[in-house]
Amino acid sequence: MELKKLLALLAIASLGLTAGCGQKSEDEELMAMANSASKATAVLGTASVAGTVTLTGKAPGTAMFSVDADPVCKAQHTGLVKDETVIADAKGDLKNVIVYVKEGAGNYPAPATSVELVQKGCMYSPHVFGIQVGQPLEIENSDPTLHNVHCLAVTNDSFNVGQPNQGMKTEKKFTKAEMPVKFKCDVHGWMHCFVGVFTNPFYSVTGDNGSFKISGLPAGSYTLVAWQEKYGESAPQKVDIKDGEAKSVNFTFAATN
Amino acid sequence: MNNASSNYQPSLHRYALITAGCTFVLLLAGALVTSTGSSLAVPDWPLSFGKFFPEMRGGVLFEHGHRMVAGTVALLTVGLAIYTQMVEKRAWVKKLAWSALGAVLLQAVLGGVTVLLHLPTEVSVAHAGLAQIFFCFIISLSLVTSKTWIEDGDHRIQSTGTIRKAALTVTVLIYFQILVGAVTRHSGFGLAIPDWPLSNGQLLPADWPLAVLLQFSHTRIGAFLVLGLVNWIAFKVCTQYTHEKSLFWPAANAALLVWLQCFLGILVISTEKSIIPTSVHVITGAALLASMLVLTLNSFRLFQKESVS
Repeated sequence: MELKKLLALLAIASLGLTAGCGQKSEDEELMAMANSASKATAVLGTASVAGTVTLTGKAPGTAMFSVDADPVCKAQHTGLVKDETVIADAKGDLKNVIVYVKEGAGNYPAPATSVELVQKGCMYSPHVFGIQVGQPLEIENSDPTLHNVHCLAVTNDSFNVGQPNQGMKTEKKFTKAEMPVKFKCDVHGWMHCFVGVFTNPFYSVTGDNGSFKISGLPAGSYTLVAWQEKYGESAPQKVDIKDGEAKSVNFTFAATN
Repeated sequence: MNNASSNYQPSLHRYALITAGCTFVLLLAGALVTSTGSSLAVPDWPLSFGKFFPEMRGGVLFEHGHRMVAGTVALLTVGLAIYTQMVEKRAWVKKLAWSALGAVLLQAVLGGVTVLLHLPTEVSVAHAGLAQIFFCFIISLSLVTSKTWIEDGDHRIQSTGTIRKAALTVTVLIYFQILVGAVTRHSGFGLAIPDWPLSNGQLLPADWPLAVLLQFSHTRIGAFLVLGLVNWIAFKVCTQYTHEKSLFWPAANAALLVWLQCFLGILVISTEKSIIPTSVHVITGAALLASMLVLTLNSFRLFQKESVS
């Protein structure tokens, strides 16, 4: 008799099942996007800010990793693959840094053109990019192997979609500004990329020489920051700019290991 | 519990043992899914990438492999429930088998829900916690269908009853220690305190956010409590009931496993949650729970008459 009670005790051992169920409906999100667009200040200006992002101190060596876990990935590379977390040239010019206006810019309507995110060679391309709220993001699998596109958004709704076949495309839109949003593939643990979601077009991602340019700014006072996936957000820089003016702003990150 | 009306069914016992073995493999497969970060490698459920059998690449190997082993265990449990219903005379054993089936089906749903909802901590922890309960059901079935349990049913030993109460308490404590570990793991707090036994070089953490509190509770308070109590009960059993194999061996086994488990816990932290130590830590916890459960059940069986009289 006591044994039965014991087994019953085990059977009713506590399980915390309090899964949240407060997800917004798609209709509500679309309504929010429409409201946001109606408040948009669509006028672009003629001023611009350009500059360079550099790394000071000893830059970390280029990390390499293997993609041999999937023969399809392996076949598309010769040997190890370069890690894209920190890419700096000999002068310290940093690639893949998002520079954006953090304060001072209003809301702008989303462009109809899509931003493309491609999975090729079991890598995301681009590795870092920006997009506007409501702008279509087209995610394509160019590999003859399966990927899952796992978006780890916090402010926006996260999603996880499978793309088992080559050529598959998925379109998504973000409904809120969020910086940064990480994407990862859980099939291939090394695959990840970052996107900045903004309410305006005033952002730029540094290229190979660490340079960036933000155009179309109306005259005003702005706060700019730079974000790098290893070093995070830089100190903010204030810029007062007039119509037609081109200002230079540079950012630096201190190398840490 | 009426042994006189029960007959030993060797085939049923063997079947239960095979199911227990497969369940242990399933626990390892599940642990590997989380340890390798493959939990969402297959984004859909119950199909995988819309197929019954996708290409087993990268994380899919772990996640879909887990689903395959889980499917096998679920089918084995269906068979176990039906077989028990057919050949077993004890009604409570039949209920136990059907309860195991209910648990494994609920477990499958929880596994699916946690994938579809992108791993909410509550559901992932429930999945981890129910896995241990299901394992306990299968271990219990393996034990109560054994020859020793059935044919040695009238054997009793003198006792104060301390052992069975202590064994039950420690078994429940281990289960809750596993649950706290699961919350820590699935919340991503496993390295909230990155060193051990010190905490960021100090005896106690300087700050106590939830992550630190949980990790500290699991890796210090719970671990030392379980280590001490399991060793105490094992010492008591092994010295007082040396010739009572059904108590001696599970107690000795638990004593060995609890030390191994603590060592693995330290390895988990020092290797920064390396895949193999972390996964083995999960299944060693299950093995420890099973050992203490067997000790508890055997102690209840052996001490029952004295407690009634």
